[in-house]
Amino acid sequence: MSDFFLNIIRPDFNFWIYVILMMIGLWAVIAKRNLIKKLIGLSIFQTAIILFYVSLGVKEGATIPIVEHHSGPGHPLEERTIDPEKYANPVPHVLMLTAIVVGVSTLGVALAVAQSLFNDFGTLEEDEILARLKMDPELNRRSNSSTHV
Amino acid sequence: MKCFALFAVFITGGLLLFGTADFPEQGDPHSPPNAGIPGDGVSISHYYLTQTEKDTHVPNVVTAVLADYRGYDTLFETVVIFAAGMAIFAILRVSGEPRKRHRPITDSSINGDHRRIIIGTTCRLLIPVIQLFALYVVAHGHHSPGGGFQGGVILGASFILFALANNLTAALQRFSEKTFMNLACLGILIYAGFGIFCQFLEHNFLDYGVLQKIFHTADPQMARSHSMLGVEIGVAFTVTAIMFAIYANLSSKGELDNGL
Repeated sequence: MSDFFLNIIRPDFNFWIYVILMMIGLWAVIAKRNLIKKLIGLSIFQTAIILFYVSLGVKEGATIPIVEHHSGPGHPLEERTIDPEKYANPVPHVLMLTAIVVGVSTLGVALAVAQSLFNDFGTLEEDEILARLKMDPELNRRSNSSTHV
Repeated sequence: MKCFALFAVFITGGLLLFGTADFPEQGDPHSPPNAGIPGDGVSISHYYLTQTEKDTHVPNVVTAVLADYRGYDTLFETVVIFAAGMAIFAILRVSGEPRKRHRPITDSSINGDHRRIIIGTTCRLLIPVIQLFALYVVAHGHHSPGGGFQGGVILGASFILFALANNLTAALQRFSEKTFMNLACLGILIYAGFGIFCQFLEHNFLDYGVLQKIFHTADPQMARSHSMLGVEIGVAFTVTAIMFAIYANLSSKGELDNGL
């Protein structure tokens, strides 16, 4: 048992944490009935993926990817050599900035769609919305074609 | 449904964990993402870390990659935020005859309402500092962690704080819908404008080095540094405007009269 913990979990326990977070998010998207809880699960899933990517660029003993700079005369740039092992990998940071921004945008649009659904159906529970659609198939056509402006 | 969900989650989690067993050691400087594959040339992260200061005179490698080396990608990321704001506008925003009022309009005067003394005073002290810090984050993106997205979000958050502390109507009086819609468009125009301006000077789109003639800098590298700042300002405008637009439309169900 301790052998399992020391040899299998401890070397990459951070990957275990990211996978567990991802699975919590995935479970919320599938199993929860409330639409807002599904959206929160989606957001958790995305956060776990972002954490995972950024952790890939970590180097032991490295600092943030901002190169040390000395301004003024006497420090010509061409002579300085920058040791890449002293700085963390910048590429995952850049990619995940884009991912965070896109995630926030899609979360905003999803919340707007949820609000619009609430206006039309009066509820945010998935099974109630489906039941109401089955009872009244006209509602789907009406709510799709209703224009606000 | 919950049993099926549990089953699916355990299978997926197990497969993912089985995949992580083959990963290189955490923090290894010679893993493939960090040092590339041997025999394949210089890895891209090594190139960025060593060449950024020489190419662009900007110490912050992340900002340089985001705004210069991969500036085309960032332009369309800004367009994605703008499109999200437009989508929320299209879904929620109502005009024409108002729906019947569900809630009374709350009193927004800070002086008259004793409950708002603490919140009103705290916000009056904090919001200028937050906005100043946001502008600092945008301007210092070259030398410290920061840049357009981060500063724009902080600036947008300061307006949201004002709208939360007082009424949404009071916030809209200071930052009206026309203002923030125009600001969002202006941000993207600035960013794309930099790129198209480079094309007018017979170079590639977003090839900032040629702007040395316009900025009268000593070398093309400083022109790239200045253009990065200009482009980040455009991004900050768009992000600020859309953050507040998203909040305003979501919290008032599109009517923009009475917030939370």
